[in-house]
This record gives sequence, structure tokens and C-alpha cells, in this order.
Amino acid sequence: MDTLFQRGLDDIIKGVRHQQSSTESIFMSRVIEEIRREIKSTDLQTKSTALQKLTYLNSIHFIDMSWASFHAIECISSPAFSHKKIGYLAISQSFSESTPVILLISNQLRKDLKSGNEFEVSLALDCLSRIGTVDLCRDLASEVFILMSSSKVFIRKKAIGVVLRLFEKYPDAVRVCFKKLVESLEGSDSPIVSAVVGVFCELSAKDPRSYLPLAPEFYRILVDSKNNWVLIKVLKIFVKLAPLEPRLAKRLVEPICDHMRKTGAKSLVFECIRTVVTSFTEYESAMKLAAEKIREFLMEDDPNLKYLGLHAISIMAPKHLWAVLENKDVVIQSLSDEDPNIKLESLRLVMAMASESNLMETCRVLVNYALKSDPDFCNEILGSILSTCCQNVYEVIIDFDWYVSLLGEMSRIPNCKKGEEIENQLIDIGMRVKDVRPELVRIARDLLIDPALLGNPFLHRLLSAAAWVCGEYVEFSRNPVELMEALLQPRTSLLPSSIRTVYMQSAFKILIFCIHSYFLQKEDMTSEVSDLASKRECSESSDLATGKALVQSDQDEGFNPRESNQSYEYPFSCRYWGWTEANLDREEVIASRVVEWVHDGFSEELGPVSVTAQDRVPIPDELVLKENLTDLEAICGGVELPAPGSFSLTSPYYGESAVFSVSNLQDEEDSEPSTESTSLLTEHRKRHELYYLPSEKNKIPANDYPPANDPSSSINTNDATEDLVKLADQSLVSKRKPNHAKPRPVVVKLEEGEAAPVVSKKPELKDDLLSGAIHDILLGNEAKAASSQSNPSDKSSSKRKGKAKHVDLLDSKENLAVGEQPNHENPSSRRSKHRGDGKQKSKKSKGKKNGDGRER
Amino acid sequence: MGIRFILMVNKQGQTRLAQYYEWLTLEERRALEGEIVRKCLARNDQQCSFVEHRNYKIVYRRYASLFFLVGVDNDENELAILEFIHLLVETMDRHFGNVCELDIMFHLEKAHFMLEEMVMNGCIVETSKANILSPIQLMDKTS
Repeated sequence: MDTLFQRGLDDIIKGVRHQQSSTESIFMSRVIEEIRREIKSTDLQTKSTALQKLTYLNSIHFIDMSWASFHAIECISSPAFSHKKIGYLAISQSFSESTPVILLISNQLRKDLKSGNEFEVSLALDCLSRIGTVDLCRDLASEVFILMSSSKVFIRKKAIGVVLRLFEKYPDAVRVCFKKLVESLEGSDSPIVSAVVGVFCELSAKDPRSYLPLAPEFYRILVDSKNNWVLIKVLKIFVKLAPLEPRLAKRLVEPICDHMRKTGAKSLVFECIRTVVTSFTEYESAMKLAAEKIREFLMEDDPNLKYLGLHAISIMAPKHLWAVLENKDVVIQSLSDEDPNIKLESLRLVMAMASESNLMETCRVLVNYALKSDPDFCNEILGSILSTCCQNVYEVIIDFDWYVSLLGEMSRIPNCKKGEEIENQLIDIGMRVKDVRPELVRIARDLLIDPALLGNPFLHRLLSAAAWVCGEYVEFSRNPVELMEALLQPRTSLLPSSIRTVYMQSAFKILIFCIHSYFLQKEDMTSEVSDLASKRECSESSDLATGKALVQSDQDEGFNPRESNQSYEYPFSCRYWGWTEANLDREEVIASRVVEWVHDGFSEELGPVSVTAQDRVPIPDELVLKENLTDLEAICGGVELPAPGSFSLTSPYYGESAVFSVSNLQDEEDSEPSTESTSLLTEHRKRHELYYLPSEKNKIPANDYPPANDPSSSINTNDATEDLVKLADQSLVSKRKPNHAKPRPVVVKLEEGEAAPVVSKKPELKDDLLSGAIHDILLGNEAKAASSQSNPSDKSSSKRKGKAKHVDLLDSKENLAVGEQPNHENPSSRRSKHRGDGKQKSKKSKGKKNGDGRER
Repeated sequence: MGIRFILMVNKQGQTRLAQYYEWLTLEERRALEGEIVRKCLARNDQQCSFVEHRNYKIVYRRYASLFFLVGVDNDENELAILEFIHLLVETMDRHFGNVCELDIMFHLEKAHFMLEEMVMNGCIVETSKANILSPIQLMDKTS
């Protein structure tokens, strides 16, 4: 009766299709209610139809079906195939390791695996391959093993497909099934070989060394097989094996090139190319052929082939740059391709071509191109410029002044999101390259002073680097007061507090520098006071004082310190002129000492530190680290981070002006919206002139520079494409510039451990269970087998020796363990028969070893 | 594991078939399908059929109103997967006769069955159309 009125799957599908999106959820909940009722029915037909509907809704409409897992098990135990089919589909789709009833299917699976109906067997195998847990795989391994020798190809193929899951979940299954698996390689039934090669391909990806002894088998398939799927998989296996055995390459190159020449299938050609360019790079002729084929790919109109061609070249690029140069035209053209993936590949290649001689030009063109690209690609470009330039401690860069200004330019690109990388490089270069510091400070000043940059959260990190640079290398600044203003401008309220901390520290450094200069100059003046006749001379001496550090940089920069300094130094010294009459009083002496002391602290050079440096510091014996830090909260709980507004510099030594400008800036920021125009700083200065340090010309620094987010002012976008073409021509001739304008400055490097500590390349030990088992079987104690690669026939025989021997033993073990187990050593026992008894002994010792392995 | 999942999605972005070879929760599946559909359906014919997504690659191809999307490991051969998709379509074509979206909707089980014949554990195990279809045809006959 139920069945008569039950809605079938088709009704549901039609029903869903007719719903509007508004009524769909109501319809769904009604259907699910219906299913919940029907699925409880004792009639298997009703039950399975309900389950079928639920499975459909789960698959397409993400309806939960975990609650129905028991009903699915009921369906697979039905004698009717159609019910079984529905049940198995539901189980494969919805069961996971954590499904509570999963163990209940073990018996049913076993029953179906032993069924006489091959389709029932196939259902069970499919299901096991999808949901097999450790327990299921252990319980059913022997059944699967029997099926691997089934007379029906259909079953054998599926049994092999399950093996992968079996090995992964229950590595001990290797001992039972591996021999069969290897034998299947020798068969001529194409579906079997293609299944088994697929399994080996996956296995060898995890632990290639264990499969090295099978190389001759794979070689035979590579030469004989006509099936492209199989060939592709075999090539993938060889890519894994080749690095382990150098002699493999010599034998493989010829057949691979043969395939490359003869086959019409692009997929196979591409696999051959990939194999050659990753594994056989030292075979010149093969590389040439691969490059030829890549060229063909690039010339095709198909974007797929183009993408893959570019991808293949980028694999070649590190060792064979000629391949990139040969295809330069296509590469450059692809930079403006419609497909972002292709653009990305070609960008990588363009950067691969960059060298000392063409770097500046390449970067210029790319930065211009970035300006008119979409945000994502723009950042890809910037990212790749940054990563290329910093390779091997800025190996390719000769002119650091140029590079630093490029960094500044990149920061102003509207879509730039690379603040963090630029930050790292600004600081890194500052520490490593002494000669570039004056320029670096200039760039950092430009960045700091531009209030527009403050509004872009992606650039905040970069600003903190700029602030740090300004503070650290303030002695190279032409106008520290201007820096101070930039650091304390109201819009800094847009910055996160961590970065404002850097701002504050830098401001402090600059302050100390200025006061120190002042005291220095005053000391000079008191000593020479009698000689000083006029103000003019006085200002000159102040130049000398503050310019102590400046002088060095001036020679490089070629500007006149007098002129540039006078603008602010003159009034500065004027103001304090009166003081010099009297001797320094006591307080001032103390102040000057303190300043001197802090200044000395700041002028200490900070060098780059190796990442491994910390490790090299021996831990003192008496050092006891506290394990539990919960009481830290109790200590810190009461302390709140000071709110930005409450910040004040109240120390008597820091002068009034600093205190006031800080607190006033704070007021300002409260009363005015933070999205103010760039002239905010100017206005503020006008209103609070009193609190700003006087400067002769009240030039507004922010207005000296174009607003940051105005691409039109910096480039003409029209000619970018032409530039690209030009670039192609230029880099074609990899001419070396005859002589560089200035010699490359010294870049400080650490003697060793510069790079991140080398990650130990040992294969993970996690797979040991599986690989260990396979290793035992294939290699046994005769590790020699693997090393005698050059003679395949000899090797394979020795391999078989080991193999057969172990499996014999394992079979006997298995007999004990599983109990009723047929004697399945037929085909290979022939081989082991004529082996001498001498093997017996080693077999015994092996047995012990295996026993140990099992206990793990 | 080679193939991680196979999706069939129509032009409107509705999933018509989803087959996963690794366990994902419903939420993960919903999120994944949403992301992939958004990414792939926005692309045009002049763009290549490979998209990198999270830690795998998606190879897709459009047949009429239906997108076939296959998620694979990064070192899988993209062109071979395209061929696999084509084979799948041809196989369904042979069975349904000029296969369309509705065929797959109303015969989802059969589509799954074909996939099970072709792929096990993410490995392609069968590439002969006759072999793939013979069990289904037998079942059709008996039922």
C-alpha cells in the first residue's frame, strides 16, 4: 500500500524543479519528513526508494543523511540487486570513518565479496575502496586477495583498484597482496595493466625507493604498451624513480624521445616533455627535442597548450635559460593574454629572464604594466619583482639607489598590497647596504610625509619600516624636523597601535638626534664664544655641529649642506643665541649627558642577524624557564595598554614643544574625521604654528608630491604595450652594460646560515609502515638488488628471488593467521622452486624481521 | 590519489552530479563547490581549462549547458584529464543517446555507476567504453 502512493525519485526531481526559490525550503522539509516516514517501513522496496531519494538530495542539495546510515545497511542486506545498489551508493556517499555503524557492514561486505554474482562483488569492492577503514581493510584483506586471482577480468581489475586503500589503511596487507600486484604487471590484459600501473603510480609517489626493483617491468611497459593512459602513468613513475638511480636515465631517454616523436596524443607528448625537463635535464638532445615540442605547443591557438607550454618552459628555466630566451616573443606577448593563468606563467618567465643588465628596464616596464592591470595581477607583478630582486641577498641589483626608489614607487601604486614584503626589504637593505642609506632615508621620508598612504591598510607595515628607517638613519636626513612632523601628523591615528609604537620610537630617536646636535653645537660655541663675532658665523658653526654626519653623505649626494641646512638651522641657533652667553648651568649639563648617553645607545649599528643565531647562544645552566605562564595574566590583567590619547612625553628633558604637539594632535584627530584631505597637515600647522618648530619657509611637504593614488600623473599607460615589445627586443640581446655608473655597494652578508635553516630532506617517517613492508618484500636483505641496475635481466631475477622467497614465507604466515586460506603461490612458486636451499636460512632470519615489523 | 572529485554543474551553477574520492563534510562540500563554480564559470572560451584552487588543480570542460569539473592533484596530466572528461561524455552519449542535462538529472545513479567503472580510489581503471557500459546494459536488461 505504501509503495503505491510513494513518490519516486523522478517525482522529487520534477517537484524540486517546479519550486520557486521561496517555496523550495518548504517543499524540501516536506519531502524529508516523508522520507523519514517511508524509510522506517519494513518493505524493502519502500525503504530503498526513500533512501534513493535521500541520497539524491544529499548529493545535489546538501541535505544531511547521516541519520539514515543504519537504513542504508538494511538495504545492502536485501537479496534484491536493485536494493543493494541503492544501499551501496548511499553508503559510499555518506559514510566516513566516524560513522558509528560502519563496522556493521563488515559481514555484509564479506558476504558480497564472496558472492557468485560478479556485480554484487563489484558493488562491494567499489564501496570498500571508498569507505574502507582500518578495521574493514584488516577484516577483508584476505577476501580481496582471493579476488585478485579471480578468473574474471572485471573483478580482478576492481580488486586491484581496492588495493591502494587496503595498503593505505592496513599496510600489513602488502605482505599478502603485493606479489599478486606485481604479477598483474606482467599480464597482457590491458585493463588490468592500466589499473595496476595506476596503483603503482600512487604508491611510488609516497615512497619511490621501494619500487626501484620494479623498474625493468615498468621499462617493458614503457616500450611495449600502446595505451596512452598507461604510458602517462609509467612516465610519472619514472619521474619518481629517476633521481634515485642515475643509470635509469640513460636507458629511458631513447624510448621517451621515441614516444615524443611518434605519438599524436598531446597528453602523452606533454607528459614526455614534463618527464624530460624535470628528470633528464643533462641530456642535451632530449632537451632540444622537448623545447621543439614546447615551441609547437606555444604556436598553437589552443590556450590549454599555450599554458602548458609556458608551464613546461618555467620548469626548464632555472637550468636552461636558453629555452626561455628562444621563446621570448611568445612569453612577452602572453603577458597581455586574456587568461590570468597564462599571464601568471609568462610573468614568472619574464622574471626568470631578468639579469643584472636588463633588470632596471624590465622592472620599469612591469611596474608601468602593473598600474593598468587588474588588482590581482598587479600584485602578482609586484610580488614577483620583489621576490626576484631579493634573491640571494639582492644578487641582481647593482644600483641600490634605483632599487630603493623603485620600492617607493611600487608603494604608491594604488592596488599595492605588498606592504609587508616591501617593509622587510626596506629594513633589510637599510641594514645590509650602508651606501644606500641616504637615499633610503629620502624615500622613507617621502612615504611618511604622504598622508594618503596612511589610508591604505595594506601599506601600514611599509610605513612602519619607513618610520624605522627614518629614526635609525636620521643622521642622513636633510631635515629631521620635517620627519618629526610626518611622524606626528594627526592621520597617524589611522595606524594600528603596533605601528604607532614604531612611529613613537622613531620620533624619539629623531628628537634625541636633534637635541644632541644642539648640545654639540652649543659646546662648540661656548668654547669658541670669544671668537664669534657675528650671527652668521655662529650659524656656520651650527652647521658643522649638526652636519657631522651629514658631511659624509653630502659628498655622495653633491648638495651643499650650507644651503640646505641653513633654512632651519639658522633660526634654530638664533633662538638659543642668548644662552651661549652664560655658561651651561648644572641642569643642562645633566641633560646633555643624558642625551649624549641615549644618543650613543641609538648610534650603535644594528646589523643583520642570522636566523640561526639564537640557536648558537648556549643556554646558561642557571636559567630555569617557567613552564606555566598562567600567572602572567594576573600580572598583566590590571595593566591596560595606554590609549593613544593619553600618550604624553612628560620627561623634563624633551622640551615643551614635543609634549604639546602630541597632545594637540590628539585633540585634532578627535574633532576631525580621519578621512581628511592631504592638506590636513598644513591646516594643522597653520592653526598651531606656535607648537611647530619654526622653519624658514613654510613649505607644505605633502604638496610637493603627487597624491599617492593618482596613476595618471606617473605614467602614460598607452605606451605600456609598446614598452613590452621593446623589452622583448632589448632582453634578446643580453648585452652587458659596459661599465656601471657606480660600483656595486657592499652588501653585508652573513657567512653562513643566511637562508632559513635547511629543512632536513629525509622522507617522512609516517609512511614507514607501508614502505617498510614493501621494502621488505621487494628488497629483502639483498640491498644489492637495487644497486645492480645496469643489468636489468640480472637484476630482475635477483629481485624475483627476493620477492618469491618472502611471499612464500608470508603465505605460510598468513595461513596461520587467517586460517582457511588457499595455497596461492602457484605462478611464482615455479620460480622459487629452482632456488637452492641456501635461501632457507636467510628466510628464517627474514621471518624474524617480519615478525618484528608486525609488532609495530 | 590522482582524481579528488568530479563535478557536473550547469550554467546556473547548480550541481548536477558530485562524486568525491576523499571524505568531506557537507559544509566543506558546499563551500568547495561554491568556490569552484564561481571561479570556473566566470572564465571564457579563450581562457585555458585549468584553474588552480587551494592545493589542487581543477580541469574543466564545457559541453553545451553542462560544465564537467575534475579536481586533481597538482602533478596530474591536465590533458589526460581533459581526455578523461571527453571519454566520460562520449560514454554517456553512447548510453543515453545525445546526452543532456536532464538525462544526468534523472539517471544520476547510472552516471555514478559509470564513474565507478571508470575510476576507483581516484585512479582511472577503465578506459574502454564497451567495458564501462557492459554492466549497466546487463542490469538494464535484467531489470
